[in-house]
Amino acid sequence: MRIALFITCLTDTLFPDTGKAVVTLLERLGHQVEFPESQTCCGQMHFNSGYRRESLPMARGFAASFDGYDAVVSPSASCTAMVREYHGQLADEAGDAGLARAVAEIAPRVHDLSTLLVDVLGVTDVGAYFPHRVTYHPTCHSLRMLRVGDAPRQLLREVRGLDLADLPDAESCCGFGGTFAIKNPDVSAAMGADKVAAVQQSGAEVLCAADNSCLMHIGGSLSRQRAGVSVMHLAEILASTEAEPAIPRGHQTAARR
Amino acid sequence: MSTQPMSASPAMPTYLGMPAFPAAAATALADSQLRHNLAHATGTIRAKRARVVGELSDWADLRATAKAIKDHTLANLDTYLLRLEDSVTAAGGHVHWAADAAEANEIVASLVRAAGRDQVVKVKSIATDEIGLNEALAAAGITALETDLAELIIQLGHDRSSHILVPAIHRNRSEIREIFLREMADAPPGLTDRPPELAAAAREHLRRVFLAAKVGISGANFAIADTGSLVVVESEGNGRMCVTLPETLISVVGVEKVLPSWRDLEVFLALLPRSSTAERMNPYTSIWSGVQPGDGPREFHLVLVDNGRTATLGDHIGRQALRCIRCSACLNVCPVYERVGGHAYGSPYPGPIGAILSPQLRGMTDPIDQSLPYASSLCGACYDVCPVAINIPEALVYLRSKSVDAKRAAKKGRPEAVVFGLTAWGLRSPKRLKAAQRAAAASRHLVGRSGQIRRLPPPLSAWTDTRDAPAPPAESFRSWWHRTRGGPR
Repeated sequence: MRIALFITCLTDTLFPDTGKAVVTLLERLGHQVEFPESQTCCGQMHFNSGYRRESLPMARGFAASFDGYDAVVSPSASCTAMVREYHGQLADEAGDAGLARAVAEIAPRVHDLSTLLVDVLGVTDVGAYFPHRVTYHPTCHSLRMLRVGDAPRQLLREVRGLDLADLPDAESCCGFGGTFAIKNPDVSAAMGADKVAAVQQSGAEVLCAADNSCLMHIGGSLSRQRAGVSVMHLAEILASTEAEPAIPRGHQTAARR
Repeated sequence: MSTQPMSASPAMPTYLGMPAFPAAAATALADSQLRHNLAHATGTIRAKRARVVGELSDWADLRATAKAIKDHTLANLDTYLLRLEDSVTAAGGHVHWAADAAEANEIVASLVRAAGRDQVVKVKSIATDEIGLNEALAAAGITALETDLAELIIQLGHDRSSHILVPAIHRNRSEIREIFLREMADAPPGLTDRPPELAAAAREHLRRVFLAAKVGISGANFAIADTGSLVVVESEGNGRMCVTLPETLISVVGVEKVLPSWRDLEVFLALLPRSSTAERMNPYTSIWSGVQPGDGPREFHLVLVDNGRTATLGDHIGRQALRCIRCSACLNVCPVYERVGGHAYGSPYPGPIGAILSPQLRGMTDPIDQSLPYASSLCGACYDVCPVAINIPEALVYLRSKSVDAKRAAKKGRPEAVVFGLTAWGLRSPKRLKAAQRAAAASRHLVGRSGQIRRLPPPLSAWTDTRDAPAPPAESFRSWWHRTRGGPR
């Protein structure tokens, strides 16, 4: 299958290892991965912050970059949801019939990594090896917008050596919320503190999720408290093998990559 | 929590002039007693609701049907309101139309005066909180006595409601005991904080109030256009007392509460109790149509209130807030509400529904209303539990854009607009994005070897006050791809 990688601006800029892991994983499964270099950003940050006008050109850019692929995969459930739920609304509001048609064509083929693997490609055992105690945080947009359901946990359960720990109160929001983290920092931090406590209660060495944005928030809180728990994107765990094992490392190592 | 200042603005007059949400939330977060009370109360009701909703296999169908009925009714609101007026009038009631809070309050005050009374008993009603009825009646020399237990606690404590269904959710039983002993003249002197004793003290107090009442004031959960029937659902029986014992009954009802026909009620009576109190059926359902000789009030007045509702109806995304049946399920699952409580929302409608309803009913001119659409992490838990499928996250981000556009028009909020404008410009072009990534990579050595950014300048200091930030990597993904796989698509 010819799959385009929609990296997202955040993962592109701050977490390139996640993108490399998606490429490694899909190529290992025998797929051809392409990276349309004209892509930039889905516009979610601007859209969710009230700058709808500013996000419209980004929706147009997305449609132009990802036209014609069998599937588009993204390491962000949140950005995937933005494309699937709101790009059509932006096109309608702008009265842009051409964009509306393009979105209707492309959006259903845009998937987050877990649903591409489980629902589209029909695979749960991706041949991964990761001998660590891991807990999984279902991010809000993966859970309640994309409805990925149990797909990420199905994938993690098939990883050899991985010990999947339950996360207490897993479905509670971590408090990231995009610009919410800046505009309402006290509430965001209070929610983050409760999530950090739950992660520590799980006894996991590694916290895994399908969104680097939420991991940046929870990981930043874990790191500030020197909690000794690493955060890793789902893709990085699934890309890990006996031959090339991924080493759990703190959120802090973004700079050393 | 202390009471909030009052101001003289006509719509929802008693809540404006509050600090914007982030500041009010910070104060609330510092109150550890409040956080404990809220976490306990919302956690309990959340689990109960999930259990009783799970019992119904056709919940999704009921929800879709309720949404469809409300949407149809709102799209034909003029037809159904006129039908309601005809039905109520035919049944011997009187219908009054109020465009705003001031008109509604004036109508109610003059009806009470016409009845020759200076005291009224009230059923719990958020619509009357919205219009500031108690304050307006007080100014007219009329005492309004709340009879719902939680509303009584609020009134005696000179406090404000912080939850749609459980107005005193922020109070625990020892605080309630103190309020009763301090403010309720007939409270037994040896009163303890045992819930049965507290309830008994309130019951004794209220019984005397009911028996003396000549004018009752209520809201309504539903108004049936075909039959002119008003419906109040409640748990304590105080509502039943207020709508049956007095000689005159005045119901203050938002225009969006109308339902076309009697049959529609079965859908909502299945959805509302399970969503609100986590009960299969609420204990008391009072339904009345006009007046009946020899039974109940001799006079019935229905005051239909607009107060910003038709303006909200004109908005293609915002209008879904008018489907709300005030169940409060969205408050109980909201992680923001759970931590800050209702007062920070500066409105009788707190929580997620309040964050989209208050700014629309009041307009977005006050700082509290401009900040409310941002008082959410957009986690979507509210939309999941809403029995009438209000897509609250969608409405929130839409109202944010209205707030931004209003500031743009007023040439306010420049620094933020400049940041978003610049980032949008940068993010529109892969070339500019790449240049920004290179600049970020070049700055990474300033951070030191840890790869952690511990402190950033404002406004990003709001992040690093409590969280580390990742330093940029040496190479972005797109640079890596270009270097290793090369060439354009």
